[in-house]
Amino acid sequence: MLACRGGRGDTLTLRARLVDPGLGIDEPAVVTVEDGVVTAVERASTAPGSLIVAPAFVDPHVHLRTPGREDEETIASGTEAAAAGGYCAIVAMPNTDPVVDTPAVLQALVEQAHAEAVVPTGFTAAISKGQRGEELTEMAALAAAGALAFTDDGRPVASAGLMRRALAYSAVAARPLALHCEEPTLSAGGQMHEGAVAAELGLAGWPSVAESLMVGRDLALAAYEARPVHLQHLSARESVDAVRRARASGVRVSAEATPHHLCATDEIVRTLDANVKMNPPLRTEDHRRALVEGLLDGTIDCVATDHAPHARHEKDVPFEEAPFGVTGLETAFGALNTYLVKTGEVPLPTLLERLSAGPARALGLPVPRVAVGERANLVLLDLDAEWTVREEGFRSRSANSWLLGRALVGAVVKTVADGRVVHAA
Amino acid sequence: MTESSRRHLLAVSDLTADDALRILDTARALERSLDREMKKLPTLRGRLVVNLFYESSTRTLSSFELAAKRLSADTMVLRASGSSVDKGESLRDTALTLAAYDPDVIVIRHPHIGAPQLVAGATTAHVVNAGDGKHQHPTQALLDLHTIREALGRLEGVTVAIVGDVLHSRVARSLVEALLLVGAEPVLVGPPTLLPRGIEALGASVSHTVDAVADAEVVYVLRMQAERMEAAYVPSLREYTELYGITPERVGAGQVVMHPGPMNRGVEIDPRVADSGASLVTTQVRSGLVVRMAVLYDLLTAPGPTLVLPAVAEIA
Repeated sequence: MLACRGGRGDTLTLRARLVDPGLGIDEPAVVTVEDGVVTAVERASTAPGSLIVAPAFVDPHVHLRTPGREDEETIASGTEAAAAGGYCAIVAMPNTDPVVDTPAVLQALVEQAHAEAVVPTGFTAAISKGQRGEELTEMAALAAAGALAFTDDGRPVASAGLMRRALAYSAVAARPLALHCEEPTLSAGGQMHEGAVAAELGLAGWPSVAESLMVGRDLALAAYEARPVHLQHLSARESVDAVRRARASGVRVSAEATPHHLCATDEIVRTLDANVKMNPPLRTEDHRRALVEGLLDGTIDCVATDHAPHARHEKDVPFEEAPFGVTGLETAFGALNTYLVKTGEVPLPTLLERLSAGPARALGLPVPRVAVGERANLVLLDLDAEWTVREEGFRSRSANSWLLGRALVGAVVKTVADGRVVHAA
Repeated sequence: MTESSRRHLLAVSDLTADDALRILDTARALERSLDREMKKLPTLRGRLVVNLFYESSTRTLSSFELAAKRLSADTMVLRASGSSVDKGESLRDTALTLAAYDPDVIVIRHPHIGAPQLVAGATTAHVVNAGDGKHQHPTQALLDLHTIREALGRLEGVTVAIVGDVLHSRVARSLVEALLLVGAEPVLVGPPTLLPRGIEALGASVSHTVDAVADAEVVYVLRMQAERMEAAYVPSLREYTELYGITPERVGAGQVVMHPGPMNRGVEIDPRVADSGASLVTTQVRSGLVVRMAVLYDLLTAPGPTLVLPAVAEIA
């Protein structure tokens, strides 16, 4: 299901505070890895400074821009960025050119990942052919070729009728649907969150109800068809509330939020910097708080970067002409540690769980654990390391980060993915 | 001078109340120069003002052109059509090309929000926003303040009803901020579909009925475009005119009426109002000239004392 370059496992010893929320561990430890396998986890009396060792991260939502826009990202550059961000697995979206809607396109990607992916990479396929929202893709064949899930991410499935069929048919493929919830007639032309800042700037609004209305529809259909759904990049309080209610009534639903929606609000759009333009848009502090509350109580079980690389010249235009999307793989932990952990909003173990086990479970991937006998999927973090986000520092081929120029606290020191050291600062 | 210390007029929020009043005082002084036989002042001789217009415009472009010429600056007009923009050149590249001529001021009109900011970041010229998308049109706001101040003798506490399609109007947005800046009291009047959600946060009050106009000293009428019907903002222009059109019956004694132009006579404004003594529409055009002269003057001279007009002999 996940593909990456082969190679021998590494041997190393890490001495740090070990935090594995899934195993209920939070104590100084020495972790020994031999030939890529964890062979010992021993309690230690102390650990150096601000170092943390934890299960490496899993990103359920990445745009690798391959095939079609390799000038913006390749499997090699995107997975190097993932390694630098502390990830041991990432999942790529199918809104490429061509769209991943046939087994042939998917097989080519899997082969390419075997040749050049630094970090294990999974792929999703489209729900509808060409993501046009008209006909279903051959889900069973795509699942057999390796599709982890189906999604038309980047655009919504506008037709309720097609969504119902997709949900029902996804049982044949035994894969979940990952849904980009946006009611297109309400969001049409929208450039930013509809509210006071948009009113002042004169930018067309993308109202929160355009998301929550679709979340409501899709949860109702998922309940009716008794199929699991994964809701992508939630941004609105009403959406979080709807997921909480649906889960309480037995719907199998997982949900993501991005670092930018968890950390920032539409106030920063006043800069008119195209690097704060994304879909869904940044919303108000009340919506941001609701996402954090969802993260805390597990309603939102995944942090997803929605890493969306764009060429410099395509973002270096007036705000309204710029494409949606920001990069995130290399800044996710730094941003979340700076804006949520250091501020006391979210405890570190909760954040680490939502960055790793949560997304792994949502997409049916192995849950990274720091336990003897497991393949090593570890991240070594320095909670107090200070660094400034700069255009020239990225492994990604694109630098459209909303954090450019900002000082962050917390850095990824080392990443071990599938037994190999893939990043060492 | 470093780039960051360059002063621009990108939005009303770039101005303090003192800045705005200083520019209006300069405009008042310049207005007197317009009554002279020799209307040209030597103040900006040798300076270059580039008008970069990505949207068609009659009054704003002609007003900036004449303002620069009256101050003896050299001027150049670049339009989007028939230029390298037609060939797909990016705004940044166009700005860099223009920068090679070392202009002192670039006046830009663009259909998209944020274009003036981009040009300000790419060149060392002073940049004046002559309208960007639905965002800002700060010189329009200043000329409207000037018009009101000269007509009523004051700005503080003046009540201004802004009627119509606020949602799509950069004029309304800039004017509300400018009025609040100088202590006037804007009221936004229009159907809920044409008032942006959350606009109250700016500090203006909001009404959905035209009755609110009766309490205002100034009735500011916004242009109502026929295409708003197609997107179901209003059911018909007829119903809009019925509910919000400014007719003689809706204008009280002592009220003045303004419109940024171009007017749709018989839609948002009744021709009898447009041509009445209450209408300040042509005054606004004249204000546009002197206010734009004042803005160019203000940007190209250190902020400080109001313009002292040279004696007539000096000019000759």
